[in-house]
Amino acid sequence: MSVLVYTESENGSFKKTAFEVVSYAKAIATELGTTLTAVSINASNTSQLGVYGADKVLEITNDSLANFDAQGYADAISQAAASQDATVVVLSQTANAKFMAPLVAVNLEAGYVSNVVALPQSTTPFKIKHSVYTNKAFSLTQINTPVKIIGLGKNAYGLHENAADAVSEAFSPSIQQSNTKVISVDKATDKVTIADAEVVVSAGRGLKGPENWGMIEEMATILGAATACSKPVSDMGWRSHGEHVGQTGKPVAATLYIAIGISGAIQHLAGINSSKVKVVINTDPEAPFFKAADYGIVGDAFEIVPQLNEKLKAFKAQNA
Amino acid sequence: MVENLGITRFSKPKKSTTIKITITMKILVCISHVPDTTSKINFTENDTKFDTNGVNFVINPNDEFGLTRAMWFKEKQGASVHVINVGGPETEPTLRKALAIGADEAIRIDTPATDGYSVAVQLASVAKQGGYDLIIGGRESIDYNGGMVPGMVAKIIGANFINTCISLEVEDANITAIREIDGGKETLQTTLPLVIGGQKGLVEESDLRIPNMRGIMQARSKPLHVKPAMEQSPRSEATTFEKPAPRGAVKLVDTVDELIDLLHHEAKVI
Repeated sequence: MSVLVYTESENGSFKKTAFEVVSYAKAIATELGTTLTAVSINASNTSQLGVYGADKVLEITNDSLANFDAQGYADAISQAAASQDATVVVLSQTANAKFMAPLVAVNLEAGYVSNVVALPQSTTPFKIKHSVYTNKAFSLTQINTPVKIIGLGKNAYGLHENAADAVSEAFSPSIQQSNTKVISVDKATDKVTIADAEVVVSAGRGLKGPENWGMIEEMATILGAATACSKPVSDMGWRSHGEHVGQTGKPVAATLYIAIGISGAIQHLAGINSSKVKVVINTDPEAPFFKAADYGIVGDAFEIVPQLNEKLKAFKAQNA
Repeated sequence: MVENLGITRFSKPKKSTTIKITITMKILVCISHVPDTTSKINFTENDTKFDTNGVNFVINPNDEFGLTRAMWFKEKQGASVHVINVGGPETEPTLRKALAIGADEAIRIDTPATDGYSVAVQLASVAKQGGYDLIIGGRESIDYNGGMVPGMVAKIIGANFINTCISLEVEDANITAIREIDGGKETLQTTLPLVIGGQKGLVEESDLRIPNMRGIMQARSKPLHVKPAMEQSPRSEATTFEKPAPRGAVKLVDTVDELIDLLHHEAKVI
């Protein structure tokens, strides 16, 4: 018996979510009285994982896994889990992790629960809380299979240091040639993604037109934030679909979510519900978003946002 | 079949001759029956069951984007489109709606939808037996948000799989697809048979179709097959539900200085 965690990397460096899933998986391993093995694919500097509690790291170095391939990655992780006799496998909820998790679950004949928000409530029987109805509710779900797969929601647990040895071991899974080939990747490398962002600055129809997004981009730059938008804004083509936040768009689990000129339709609120602190700037004091927010300013975005940007710049300069 | 714009496949070459067989792409669209996006979520029976009282059920939005893309393949490439749902008789109006939108036939597997794996096993069985080339599911259902059924179906039947698919083109048996990745998109090439987890982008919101009277009338006479379920014990089970704790009232401030001060000292997020 052991706990296995997949630690995702990009260009060889671990993502922040990798440290969060290690922190979380370590807590489960401790609860079960067993060890934590991390598995990395083409990552360097794996000793970092020891900071958060990895006892062992299975390092996979394989050129055929240079591009993400769900089938290949799922097979690699499944073989790593089997080699460690893992009874719990922890994954993050990045786009790639969500892509391959169901494949790992079929490989390992495991029950899989996604969008998990807390440590298991009990381990025998294994009951775990996860968000359902697009963050409008939680379900306490019991997993019946010997092997359990947990998809941990972003920012659901946080980083917890817990020093362990992170003994490195090479692992060579057998990977079949994939039928699916990556032709091209289109990704802005200079922008913070909604998935990675701690702060998200989001704007809606209140901005009146795509030409007015300069001040939103500016705020995002000052705060190191990602930009996002409401559904009508993406439907009208003011911003790309990739920025659409809400029930049929992206979920946002940020530390700080700033909503500017967004009224707060129930579908939008569902998408941002798991963000910690929500700030609303809107001219309409009756906007439903104020009921879901922590802090609010009633006023015109075109007056408030430029002021806020100036003050935030000064604040950042002072607190840098 | 010469005019047919469907898929062309080649049989194994027999010496120097190649026999060209033109067949129609068979598409299976998996439809989840879910509360509409404006629904208030409540639970009954000591928080063990979803309260359907006053709730309007719809085709899962992610599935509807896929269904609409399937209609394009039907109209432009002569594909046949079947829709399928795992659920009780109460889900049939949702399947009829899919037929009214233009699907040719519907299948309902007569068992309550429980965990994602059990649903995937039922779908995979029909997908395999029916010889479907393309199986379209949604990235996730907006009720359980499991995000696992399409991937599991693909793995069980040994088909290729693309998740968070926002563009799909089929030419012969070759696929060009775009999937959304964190912070961008990725273009992929693969082959049939294929399963996708679709979402907005496959078609635009403005492409979605509201069934017209003719479609609704036709849907009444289209086949809706009810099939018994395979035996499958759930790998996971929801025990109880809860709603998020009610939040405190919003703090309204008058100046940006106050806001920055609160975010720094009270919320500690900047």
